[in-house]
This record gives sequence, structure tokens and C-alpha cells, in this order.
Amino acid sequence: MKPALRVVAPGLMTTLQDLGRRGYQHLGIPVSGALDPVSLAAANAIVGNPAGTGALEIAYRGPTLAVEADSVRLAFAGGTAAIDLLRSESASAGERLPPLQSVRLKCGAAIRIGALAGSTVAYLAVEGGFDAAPVLGSQSTYARAGLGGFDGRALRAGDLLPLRQPQAEDRGERRLPSLDLAPPQRFRVVLGPQDNYFTDRAKAALVESAFTVSPASDRMGMRLEGPRLEHGKGYNIVSDGIAPGAIQVPGNGLPIVLLADRQTTGGYPKIATVIAADLPALGRLAPGAQVTFEAVGIAIAEAEHRRLAARLAALPRHVVAVRGASAVDAVALLGSNLVSGVVSAHDRHWEPPYD
Amino acid sequence: MTRFLPCGDTALAVEFGDRADRRLSALVLALADRVKAAAVAGIVEVVPTFRSLTIHYDPLTVPHEELKHRLAPLLAGLDATERPGRLWRIPVCYHASVAPDLFEVAERTGLTPDRVVELHCSVVYHVYMVGFLPGFPYLGDLPPELVLPRRENPRTAVPAGSVAIATTQSSIYTLESPGGWHLIGRTPLLLWDRRRDPPAILAAGDKVAFQPIPLDAYAELAARSAAGDLHLQPEEAGEAAGSGIPR
Repeated sequence: MKPALRVVAPGLMTTLQDLGRRGYQHLGIPVSGALDPVSLAAANAIVGNPAGTGALEIAYRGPTLAVEADSVRLAFAGGTAAIDLLRSESASAGERLPPLQSVRLKCGAAIRIGALAGSTVAYLAVEGGFDAAPVLGSQSTYARAGLGGFDGRALRAGDLLPLRQPQAEDRGERRLPSLDLAPPQRFRVVLGPQDNYFTDRAKAALVESAFTVSPASDRMGMRLEGPRLEHGKGYNIVSDGIAPGAIQVPGNGLPIVLLADRQTTGGYPKIATVIAADLPALGRLAPGAQVTFEAVGIAIAEAEHRRLAARLAALPRHVVAVRGASAVDAVALLGSNLVSGVVSAHDRHWEPPYD
Repeated sequence: MTRFLPCGDTALAVEFGDRADRRLSALVLALADRVKAAAVAGIVEVVPTFRSLTIHYDPLTVPHEELKHRLAPLLAGLDATERPGRLWRIPVCYHASVAPDLFEVAERTGLTPDRVVELHCSVVYHVYMVGFLPGFPYLGDLPPELVLPRRENPRTAVPAGSVAIATTQSSIYTLESPGGWHLIGRTPLLLWDRRRDPPAILAAGDKVAFQPIPLDAYAELAARSAAGDLHLQPEEAGEAAGSGIPR
């Protein structure tokens, strides 16, 4: 048996994502990758993977996955959700797994992830990663062109997601005591590249108004509702390149912040660009959330970028062993050979704390 | 005048002008070559467009100010002469069944459909840039008689392979996508094919010539493309020189 997770229910839009596909934008191929690389790095750190290992990006509502491997270790990060560890895929209820904590599931068990709260995206990482061949250097799914991931698309019921490791490492579970996912008070932007295409009133409105995230947002772009930003000299430019976080303003004056699946070039003027350090938090915002902007200089953007990079680099050092036997430890034993619905203390599989 | 335009803290556009213009395109492509050759640590990739080069970089390795210092000498003495590129001869079927806008274009330009086709096939196009969709080329320049604004009502789904015109340009839809250009033909070639690495074939600086084919040839070539049995090869710059376009 090839070790795998089998998709019992796919969730709303579950895709494999890593840090994206670099080096092909000149061919019009978007970068893609995780909308929230902070939560991706956290989920990976908990199971002991390098920060950019491909993991399942869950949007809005999670999947139900059955284990078809000797065992697998998983962790969830990014907001909260009801995560049920099930004795079998048909079980109606199971033990709850807290976010930011790893668990080992045996063959036949399943994990069911409900609706997300506190973020529109979250990540489910598996120890060792998924065995999906990189396409143009990345496992990231770009569904529009059928690139990467599992068959170039979001998960469907019945899919088998092959795993690199046939079984979980024999060690204890770990957790991240906390993960700061609070959005910045105001999302910081660097003006340009085409701020000169807008009236002074539009530039003032950008930083003085509150915008609301539209439900029409997706991995390509976050559409904002609010005051219409007035163009000073038309809304067509000769197409040029697009940076992550670019705020383009089409003819209707309503800004769109371009995210992971953004097109590589575009013909609408871009009034400003959200700084890289604030993009993960932006990617987590749900429709209806309020967004305000603040203009900063490049030096501040770069300082914040360094701060975020240092924070991500430090994540693995904050991962600690789960001490004592929790409900989750018991569930770790769940497998086809367990027939009783009650897990006794005897069955508890004590493993020494990791470190 | 050349300008640096910040695009947040991870990209910088070097802008040579604000028009779609062969001379500006030559400058952009010449700079792209120099930047790639200079292999500046921290530059992740460069994207040539009509009139600017977007440089994507990692500011942890090369911050904005340092990047500008590294780029300044590369901007000196750039050659604005267009270089010969790889020439791709692309078969196109202009039969009404795969060219839904051909008659409308003929009517609006005051030409016969045959003349529209003849004009569309009369020039060697320059690939200014690739964008909008994976592999979608912006080809210029159309013969002036064919210049029309985009459609007032864009289509929600344009079939892959559609050969289209709008403003001074032509293109080929590489994937099914919404689109507002006039569809005057279709190529049986897959300009985007996941089985290839990379899946897109055209790059900025390439040249394209269209060759009209009848409907039966279209069907046969389309079947071969779908089977992965048709591999278009470009003529290198040297071969293309002076060879003319077969009709």
C-alpha cells in the first residue's frame, strides 16, 4: 500500500501549497503559494518539517481525511476550527485536537476539520510532507492552469494524497504554545508604482477610509468595498508587472489587493503595494472584515520584513513537547486493531517528551 | 527618461516610457539580459513588459537602495536596437466556424474577410511580453487597417487557441478564459501544454508569423496536438533572416 491520506470530504477549497513557484513569471505563470506563510510555517514547525514544505491550505471549511498509511503525524495551524479525530471515517464523533498540536493517527483513523474561525485559511501539515512531484519547482496548486498540487486542482472526494513517509516518527507529540495571528492595526503600504494616476483625494481616501473585504475575493485578489478611488488620468495603463500586494484600481474605483494567484502583469493602475510583512495577515481576513491602510516608506517595509523573517525562523525553537497524557495521546493509538469504544489508561501509549 | 518605481518592498520596476513601442521594448529586453547576466544576489526573477522591467527581489539579501545602486551601471549605454529573435510560424484556421468575430471585424474595418486574413498574416509580430494568462503573448504591431478597440461586451469564455486582435495587437488565448478581444481565427497548436517544461512556448523578444490553414488541416493538427504528437520548433534568429513568410 502506498502511504496516503484519502479524501473522504474535500472541504470548500483545499489545495496543496508551499511558498510558491518562482522564476516563471516572465511566461505569465503566477507565483501562487500559501496565502498565509506564517501559519504554513507554524504547522510545519510542529511536525518537524522545514518551514516551506507543502501542506494542505484549507479555505473556510476543512476536509475529512482517512489514513491509508501505517501511521501519519499531522498538525493544524491558522485560526481555529473544530478538529475531530475519528476512529474511522464513518464515526460521527471523536476526540478534539487543539490547533497548534501534533497528533499521530494510525491506519483506518480519520481527521475531520470543520469551519474555520479567526482566519479564512489554515494549514494541515504532515510529517515528512506530501509526495507530490514539484511542477516548475513547486508543489503549489495553481488551479486556473492546472499546475502543481494534486492533479493541478483542489481536492475532491476519493483523491489519494500520497505521503513521503510510510509511518510517523516514533516520538512524542509537540505543540506551539501560541501563534500571534492578530492583524496589524492598519495594513501598511508603500505608495506606487502608479500613485500618480490618482487624484490627491483618492490618495487621501486610501489611507483615511475603512474598506470592507468583499465576498468576491479569492486566491487571486482581495476585492475591497468602500469609497471609490478616483483616477486622475484614466484607468488604463500600458500593462506592466505586478508585485505581491499590489493594490490595483479598475474603472469602477474599487481597489483589489493582488494575492498569491495574482496575474503576472496587468493594465490597471496600482495606487500602492501592501508591504510583504503584512500580506500573511491580509490573506487571513474574511469577507466582511474591515481594512484600513497606512502609507510607509521602503525602510519601514524592509525593517518589518526582517522582523517577520526572524519571527518565522524562530518558530521551531518555540515548539515544545506535549507533556502528560491528553485525550489526543489516546487518540494517537486509534487504529484498526482497536475495537473498544473506550480507551483505557492501559492502552495509553506513553512516549517520552521530545527534546 | 528611465525611472525606478517601487512596487512594495519585494519588486522594483525600471520604466523606460509609457507606450507600447518597439524601441522601448528593445531597451527592456536588453536590460533583462544584462540583469540576468549580472546574477545579482537577491534578484529572484525579472518580468519584461511593454515599457518596463519588473525586478522581483528578496530585500533580506539586497535591499531597495542597494538594488538601485547595483542596477545603475547596467542602465548605461543600453542598446535600443531590436534584436532578431526566435521565429515561430503558427498555423491559424480563419474558417468562420472557429472565427466568430471575423465578419464583424471585416465590416467594422471596411475590408473583406479575406483581406483581414491577408493583412493579419502579412507581418512578422514581435512578442512584447507574456502575461494576463500563463503563456498569453502580446504581439505587435497589427497592420493599421486592423486596429479596433476591444469588444464592448467581453465574452465570459474564450476557447483556448483563439487568435485575437484588439488595439494595435494580436494574441492567442492559451487557456479558456474571459476575454474582450476580437476572435478572428484559431490555432490547432497548444500554446500552453502542461506536459511540456515549461508549458508555455513564447517568450518576450520572440517573433511570430501566422500561416493560414484550411479547416480540415486544422482538425488534423488539433488532433495531433491533443495527442502530444505535434512539437512546434522555432527558427533561430540566423535562419529566419531574409527567409520571408511563406503564404
